Amino acid sequence: MVLSIAVPLVLWWLVSSLDLVNDKFLPSPLQVVQALGRLWTDGFLLDDTAASLMRVTVGFGLAALVSVPIGIAMGAFASVRSLLEPIIGVVRYMPPPAFIPLLIIYLGLGEAPKIALIFMGTVFFNILMIMDAVKFVPKALLETTYTLGGQRRQALFQVIAPYVLPNIIDTFRINIATSWSLVVVAELVAAENGLGKRIVLAQKFFNTDEIFACLIILGVIGFALDLSLRYLMRLTCKWAID
Amino acid sequence: MHLEINSLSKQFETRQGPILALDGIDMHVETGEFVCAVGASGSGKSTLLRLVAGLDMPTAGEITVDGQIVTGPGSDRGMVFQSYTLYPWMTVQNNVEFGLKLQGIGAKERREMASYYLDVVGLTRFARSLPKQLSGGMKQRVAIARTLASRPKIMLMDEPFGALDVQTKETMQQFMLDLWNRTGVSILMITHDVDEAVFLAQRVYVLTAHPGTVQRELFVDLPSDRTYTVRRDRAFQDYREEIMDLLRGKMTPALAS
Repeated sequence: MVLSIAVPLVLWWLVSSLDLVNDKFLPSPLQVVQALGRLWTDGFLLDDTAASLMRVTVGFGLAALVSVPIGIAMGAFASVRSLLEPIIGVVRYMPPPAFIPLLIIYLGLGEAPKIALIFMGTVFFNILMIMDAVKFVPKALLETTYTLGGQRRQALFQVIAPYVLPNIIDTFRINIATSWSLVVVAELVAAENGLGKRIVLAQKFFNTDEIFACLIILGVIGFALDLSLRYLMRLTCKWAID
Repeated sequence: MHLEINSLSKQFETRQGPILALDGIDMHVETGEFVCAVGASGSGKSTLLRLVAGLDMPTAGEITVDGQIVTGPGSDRGMVFQSYTLYPWMTVQNNVEFGLKLQGIGAKERREMASYYLDVVGLTRFARSLPKQLSGGMKQRVAIARTLASRPKIMLMDEPFGALDVQTKETMQQFMLDLWNRTGVSILMITHDVDEAVFLAQRVYVLTAHPGTVQRELFVDLPSDRTYTVRRDRAFQDYREEIMDLLRGKMTPALAS
């Protein structure tokens, strides 16, 4: 585990210290740490990170809220499924970044188009993955519920919902990575702040060390999001973990 | 309790055309009886039990419990499935309570009833375990406790020990017989295992296959507190042979052709 991080770091350090590449193109680890420190003391690091995280939280949060009831309804009711599955099947293959120009025309340059992009880019995958999870609820488990005197409503809320909870958390864990990419894409195109915007600015001034610093921050935060959802899973769904 | 099955037929529509699974089944189960329906695969025995449970609807005929026609599933006909159908996120205790919870019974009464039936199946000390921590036989005992806790008029059992190894199966059969003797619950069980049917039942329906029909009704006149040694008795062997012959009789022409 340590090697997996340490070996690339050492290689990076070796390549940059041997002056194989101009350090304007490949800054050394030390330069990147200094860039990080600079961004921190200037206050950019905190502001940009907060701005990006905020957009992901709102956009993905909305997608999560919408996708759980729709995904479960599509999995549980054939009528809802046949109503929504074809359209979702097509729309989800339209690449979300292709919507950016339209979103800017409709929603302007503020927070709304960025949040909308993240929402659009994740909601359909969330829905389809949750729907699939519901389809895999064992039939015998539902029939048991009915022979114990359960009504359809009770089966939905007290059997299907808790059964798919681990799948829902896993779905979020996988798709939040997409939203983390989309926020950067949106900020690269047009933004006042955010880690993507910071990267564009660094490019303008040829500050590759700042670009590297932002990439590392993006990686670390993405990884932290992943870990926290794993932790949530362990906390709430002990039964589903071996 | 009086369960009655009258001229029950079930036809499935498949791509190859209609298949008649059950044809004119007549059966009944009375209060406190342990009845087994034994048949080979293709005798439609699982279909029969699903119809009684109300999970499927018959093509013709009817099923009544105390005169009430069965139109859907209900807690008066508790079912134990072959696959372990415990809710994996609930503790053993909560699994047993769940039927009562669905029926809107209060927490305190629920807890008491569940504890009582956990004691009946001998799993009190596993009350706080999760299903994945239990062996197959224990899971089935929890499922039985859960069914009993809802106080069904009749307990339906769909090859409940079919997935267990031979030793566990024998233990479970003895357990089932003791349980029936102690609780007096009415049971309709289906199985392909002739030994199991003779060992457990007071009355056996022998089913033929393709389509499933009742070939013979057989009274098993053995003591109700049998133990595994009864299998060595002459009477047990005779019942067993008789049922085997009935099942074979229908099979032989098919094999010869």
